[in-house]
Amino acid sequence: MINTLLQGILLGGYYAVIACGLSFMFSVMRIINLAHGSLAVAAAYGLWLLAAKAGIPPFAGLLIVLPVMAAVGWLLQRFILERSARGGTLLPILTTFGLSIVIDNLLFEQFGADTRSLAPFIGNLSYASWQLPGHIYVGKLAVMMMVTAVLILGGLQFFLSRFALGRAIRATAEDPDTAGLVGIDARRVNAVATAITMVTVGIAGAFLGMRATFSAYSGGPQLLFAFEAAVIGGAGSLWGTLAGGIVLGLAQSLGAQLHPQGFLIGGHAVFLLVLFVRLSRFGMPVLDKIAASLRTRLRSPT
Amino acid sequence: MSPNATLASNGISIERWTKASRVALGCMAAVLALLMFAPTVLGAGAIDRMTALFIYVILAAMWNALAGFGGLVSVGQQVFFGLGAYFTIRLADAGLNPFVSLFAAAIVTGALSIPLSLFMLRLKGGEFAIGMWVIAELAHLLVNLDRLIQGETGTSLISLNVYDGATRRATIYWLALTAMAALLGALFILMRSRAGAAMQAIRDNEEAATSLGVRVIATKRLLFVLAAFGIAVAGGLWLATATTFQPKTYFSVQWTAYMIFMVLVGGIGKFEGAILGAILFFVIETVFGAAGVWYLIGLGATALIFSLYLPRGLWGEIERRFDFQLLPVGYRLKLPGPHKIKWEE
Repeated sequence: MINTLLQGILLGGYYAVIACGLSFMFSVMRIINLAHGSLAVAAAYGLWLLAAKAGIPPFAGLLIVLPVMAAVGWLLQRFILERSARGGTLLPILTTFGLSIVIDNLLFEQFGADTRSLAPFIGNLSYASWQLPGHIYVGKLAVMMMVTAVLILGGLQFFLSRFALGRAIRATAEDPDTAGLVGIDARRVNAVATAITMVTVGIAGAFLGMRATFSAYSGGPQLLFAFEAAVIGGAGSLWGTLAGGIVLGLAQSLGAQLHPQGFLIGGHAVFLLVLFVRLSRFGMPVLDKIAASLRTRLRSPT
Repeated sequence: MSPNATLASNGISIERWTKASRVALGCMAAVLALLMFAPTVLGAGAIDRMTALFIYVILAAMWNALAGFGGLVSVGQQVFFGLGAYFTIRLADAGLNPFVSLFAAAIVTGALSIPLSLFMLRLKGGEFAIGMWVIAELAHLLVNLDRLIQGETGTSLISLNVYDGATRRATIYWLALTAMAALLGALFILMRSRAGAAMQAIRDNEEAATSLGVRVIATKRLLFVLAAFGIAVAGGLWLATATTFQPKTYFSVQWTAYMIFMVLVGGIGKFEGAILGAILFFVIETVFGAAGVWYLIGLGATALIFSLYLPRGLWGEIERRFDFQLLPVGYRLKLPGPHKIKWEE
């Protein structure tokens, strides 16, 4: 049981990595990119190509794939998101959905129906584990993903609060017009934010490929996981995303214990439960009360 | 003096119908009447294809009702397609006539969409879009748990076997034609009613509509339930033509991709746009469907390009350039003299 819980918590690290890009982009540009998962899968294929065809191991491959992803993010913002965002809130959804169909099917066209994995190229990392007292094993890769998640989220938080560019991103997120008045170029800021997002998507793609298999149509499920983790954690807050990822990972691991199909059902069910509690009329006052009591406690630590 | 009389004294009048739209409605009625006789003249293959076209028109019109008129873009509408088919199987298994089951299944799906709407409609934009996708995935997984369905293996609508091939084909054709005509008619009447005006006000500016006293959630729910019902009818009809039910096929996000393609290319928020889009999709599928993956890449790329460069779709462009509407759901302000005529949607 403790083992299941621990695995679930560590799985949350992966979900936090893939969700943080989605929630970062949403908080800056108010856009939910429906091609998010497909782009992560494309990055995983990129790493697989480098490893299988050019003999470059995935961790070294990241040095090539991550800059490419950043460039893809820049282009994505300049040529697709910027134009579609001008047409209101509906158009970016349709545009990015169209993009995801194109990416998924191009990947299928190129790589076929076989599932792929990066596991063969990273030695024993995909299954190696540390033994803890009480016959508990924790996977090295899972721990690595959790540490990376914390580093990415912490790094983003640090960047947003300590650097001029980070503050410009926050200002643009808050109010692009007023930010423009003080000389912030919203176009440039959004392009940088999308580039940063795509770097996190590239890392998520690497982890996806290392911990499991993927195929051309894996993008959809990855988007749903990222979205669920972000919503459970409360979209917009980076540490909330980590909490959301952990809750999602726990729900899936516990669901899998109950039923062979319970892994996905557990995750979706918790997502809907959180949504229901947050949105229903009875849920709101309760959550508000908890939040209010937390705030007063934080203000006056007794 | 009443407002209309004031306008009239200035030579301004408000129209709901034009000569072109009266002719169009008449033509549509005539075409529908002619289509009734198709099974007596056309061959089996042609009848099956026509049935598919009617189903596409239903899908496009229903997705357009939700997104185009209600401003609710969903990428999970396949949930109602899948549930429509699933409940048809379930009800037919319980002994109900398969054709009656199809209709009853749509009612059950529509009823289920009411509690679903209670919290899904509180989500905005992309959250609603992906939230619906999660619902579709969950419904797919739960349907897989049903013993009758046997997981992804699926099952068949065996009770259809009591009808011989020709009767079955013609009955499904007539059902699809009737369902299409009834759903389009219901949507047309709804959009021209007070609720329709409310919906378009919400789509254009939700805050402004709220401040005018429009009951936003109730109005959106009406569209949500109508779309759920209509798409469930389409799912049941598709099952009747294909006979086999495999959850993976019916709950595939591809159905929503088709709906988005049809509506975006035809013209989102235009009553005629969805119909035009469905016909175009049908033709493209007939010509390029065999191209497999490249066909899907083409559909995605076309949707992407239309949303970026031609967001009004083909019908929107026709309307703008030629000032032409066949089935107007809005009001038309006619100004005296050489002024441009302005459509208020």
